[in-house]
Amino acid sequence: MSASSMVALTGESGLPSPGGNPDGPQRTSAVRQQLSRVAVTVSVLLILAVLLTPGLLAHQDPIATGDDILIGPSRSHWLGTDQLGRDVFARTIYGARPVLVASICGVLVAAVAGVAIGVIGGSGPRWLRAVTMRFVDVLLALPVLLIALILISTVGSGVPSIVLAVGVAFTPGFARVVESSVRRLRSVEFVQAARVFGSTSTRTAVRHLLPNLATEVVVLVSSGVGWAVLTATTLSFLGLGVRLPAADWGSDLAAGASNLSTAWWLSTFPGIAITVTILLTNFLGDYVMTVLDPRHGRRRTPLRTILLPRQRAARKGA
Amino acid sequence: MDFVVRRLAAAVPVLLGITLLSFLLIHLMPGDPAQMILFGSNSTPDQIAQLRQLLGLNDPLWRQYLDFLGQLLHGNLGTSYLTQNSVAHELLSRAPSTLVLTFSALAVAVIIGVPLGLVAGVRPNSLLDRLCRGFSFLGVAIPYFFLALVMVLFFSVKLQWVPAIDDGTLSSLIIPAVSLGWGYSAILTRLIRGSIIQEFRSDYVKAARAHGASEVRVLMRHALRNSSIPAITTIGLQFGNILTGAAITEVIFGRAGIGSFLATSITSKNIPVVQGAVVLIGGGYVVINLIIDLVVGAVDPRTRLATAAA
Repeated sequence: MSASSMVALTGESGLPSPGGNPDGPQRTSAVRQQLSRVAVTVSVLLILAVLLTPGLLAHQDPIATGDDILIGPSRSHWLGTDQLGRDVFARTIYGARPVLVASICGVLVAAVAGVAIGVIGGSGPRWLRAVTMRFVDVLLALPVLLIALILISTVGSGVPSIVLAVGVAFTPGFARVVESSVRRLRSVEFVQAARVFGSTSTRTAVRHLLPNLATEVVVLVSSGVGWAVLTATTLSFLGLGVRLPAADWGSDLAAGASNLSTAWWLSTFPGIAITVTILLTNFLGDYVMTVLDPRHGRRRTPLRTILLPRQRAARKGA
Repeated sequence: MDFVVRRLAAAVPVLLGITLLSFLLIHLMPGDPAQMILFGSNSTPDQIAQLRQLLGLNDPLWRQYLDFLGQLLHGNLGTSYLTQNSVAHELLSRAPSTLVLTFSALAVAVIIGVPLGLVAGVRPNSLLDRLCRGFSFLGVAIPYFFLALVMVLFFSVKLQWVPAIDDGTLSSLIIPAVSLGWGYSAILTRLIRGSIIQEFRSDYVKAARAHGASEVRVLMRHALRNSSIPAITTIGLQFGNILTGAAITEVIFGRAGIGSFLATSITSKNIPVVQGAVVLIGGGYVVINLIIDLVVGAVDPRTRLATAAA
């Protein structure tokens, strides 16, 4: 994830983000575009395959115990077996589902809540704006993981709890970014014109503010998933997220740590899986950001057509 | 001066909010505090009612909050459910170990991150820049708890260079600090690289060059100086995350500190300790960012103007 999106998620960016996109014109060359489109397609397919049909990839049952205990990577067990003789490869494949579901749903929850709070905090009555944003400031002062830890210890373990913990913990960051955009949009002519012509504040929010926030929210969501994966696996690593014997990268990594010196494969493969997932989601996030960045060429992609209503309207008019 | 007052005034409601949130924790968490304290001691309903009275749990909520605030101003964060010791004392006695780890990780992040960002930013799109960018992409992707285990496997188990478990020596601090600081060094690399590229295009750099300043001087005295401001601000914003990262790292390495204490307190629902930690961590975050804003404002007049305009 880029530095600017990190700042965005942790809240206020006191200074203009210097990240920008300083990579000369090279990036936009046709070959590169093709290459990154292929890479994006492959990673999306990979994620979908692991999510929807893990059985196609891993033929062994991730929970079934066996007699071959703590065997290193071999022909029959590609990534070895654990203390109970379970196949590490199967567990690594099946472990993707709780992690991905929890982090994607968690970020979506945060996006919905963050947009709602951000719009209220940016365009509501004056007193409501002040109260909302002070509350967001308070939550922003607490580390994401601390909020998630406290929440999950209250509601108990399991994927829905991780979704809740990640969702609530990420909401203030989203709200802060949305609020600052809403404030900026309020001074733009077409929003002021709508108000002058007697549009109610709800109508202004739904009709004029929300469509213009879409791009930004998509960028925030796509760059937030990587963080959410890290948060979700940390919770499981601490034994508060997905509990054994269900396959999960975080808890498998922690379980393997006690056999680190004798069976390195137990922790290594779930760890590599987490790393690759964060790499992939960050790559996809950067791709989405580049595609949606209006400074990057005029390429028409489905994503852009859906998300940039003003451009769509302009094209219709032309 | 106006800037200082405004910035201080903005911090006060946030600090109050943090105390309110941490006060409400005890009411949001399921379970009666009086029952939790007397848990397992075969207490009669009378004893529980008596303790509720003693703790002020029957008072109206606002009264309880004011009491909580009053106690807080005296440095009293309540007593632990488990040991009946003062929470403030228990937390503060463990704080040095956590802060040492936090600042070592920060030092690692700066020592690795800043030079790499400089090297990459000076020659964008060179081979060195690509390597640095690859590093920063990978750096943020490896979870620190995984990196910690891999480092233990290599440097403690295989090579036996450093101890895996904390034994109070400096060498046992190396793996925790590096594994935690690594990811943040990647963030710093990206940030410094981006702003060096930006600064190198600006007029004052051209002017400095036209005056015959050497490249090294332009980089170190002019460009790095301006790039360091967003870097310092980011470190401030990330401070809370590094601190919680340090807490998790403590749990992994069995280091005694706030982290392992907080983790066991959260799982055992020892609410006064969690409350105290929320006040300390949240308050620390606000104070550190306040100091950074004031320092940056003092160093760079542009930020003062930006705040005044907002």
